Amino acid sequence: MKPAPFAYTRARTLKEAVTLLAKHKDDARLLAGGQSLIATLNMRLSAPELLIDINGIKGLDGIAKKGKFVEIGALARHAQVERSDVIAKHAPLIARAMPHIGHPAIRNRGTFGGSIAFADPAAELPACLLALGGEIAIAGPKGKRKVKADAFFKGLFETALRPQEMVTGIRIPAADKNTRVGFAELARRHGDYAIVGLAAAARANGKSLADVRLAFFGVGATPVRTKKAEAALATGNVDAAVAALDLDPHDDVQATAKVKKHLAGVLLRRVASQLMEAR
Amino acid sequence: MSDRSLDISLTVNGERVRERVDARKTLVDFLREDLSLTGSHVGCEHGVCGACTVRVNGDIVRGCLMLAVQCDGAKIETIEGLSDSGEVADLQAAFEQRNALQCGYCTPGMLATAQDLLKRGGVPSRDEIREHISGNYCRCTGYHAIVDAVEAVAQTRAKGR
Repeated sequence: MKPAPFAYTRARTLKEAVTLLAKHKDDARLLAGGQSLIATLNMRLSAPELLIDINGIKGLDGIAKKGKFVEIGALARHAQVERSDVIAKHAPLIARAMPHIGHPAIRNRGTFGGSIAFADPAAELPACLLALGGEIAIAGPKGKRKVKADAFFKGLFETALRPQEMVTGIRIPAADKNTRVGFAELARRHGDYAIVGLAAAARANGKSLADVRLAFFGVGATPVRTKKAEAALATGNVDAAVAALDLDPHDDVQATAKVKKHLAGVLLRRVASQLMEAR
Repeated sequence: MSDRSLDISLTVNGERVRERVDARKTLVDFLREDLSLTGSHVGCEHGVCGACTVRVNGDIVRGCLMLAVQCDGAKIETIEGLSDSGEVADLQAAFEQRNALQCGYCTPGMLATAQDLLKRGGVPSRDEIREHISGNYCRCTGYHAIVDAVEAVAQTRAKGR
């Protein structure tokens, strides 16, 4: 299908984008990479009056290590993050997840901030941000603020973003020698949204693990942490961690809830062995 | 300063193009309907099938997930351009020799995606080839012949260097 008619404008600065959003309210949508938005326009699942193209805003696509954190600008494209030396060195979980996001042609356009703001429950990056305890930087008519990933993903495609606000970037703790990460997903075709996926982070504590954070995706309305399994895994008991998985997925077009629960256990075993490997 | 149709100026296969386009027109529809470049195909129209793959400023993109108005000032290359320049001539010959196409609907996108991998140089593994073309559906061949063709061209190009 073809999109319903809409008007189009380019925002040159963050201020201009936020002003336009405030003026047009729910009639407007921000266009970043467009890899989800244009698909929904084509299918007429969305029919805004105005698209505000933010691709021309300078300085929103940076990737840098700043002190103990790695900052990624909202307009950084997946392909750019995938090739980044800073990400490879200081954000190994993001580096592992990146090849699973869409396909090369999608990664050339899709943006980091777009994936976070869209908050697809089966997407990789929201789960990575949750596993890493990251923070989302937001700009709006009342200025700038930051929200922790734990409080950002609120429901199905629903986030802490208020109307007329936009994501400007994210911040995650930079990895150090005790950082352990794990990532695995199962998809019918490489690059498609996962049936079930798992992003995980922990700290090595001698031979065991501490601060285990397991963020499953594709099993609920948002990426989901499984705190009982996290506690069990910290004791080194993988069987107990699998038994403690208290996920409550729904049937969807890809798999039944029962299959998803089973696959979550399979992924947890795979990711547990990644977490226990020394870097 | 917003409108439902806008003037754009861009380069398509080396030629300067100026057109007025509806904001809602996707890049692939612009190429096919306004410029009569029908080599880029329209399949799913939501980024899944890869039949509309074209190059924008050197990078492959989904022609159905980018608007024509976003291409103001851009350099676009379609299968017509890649074919005329001879850049993919060896790939095209290998696809023909190995029966890597039957109906041909996916082929323009498949060639653009395969060339995107091959222009990085070296000989990719069969797994890497499969991963790179994972976003391009082919409903005829079962992919095996396509992987064979891409691998053969990679090997031939590597020897030629």
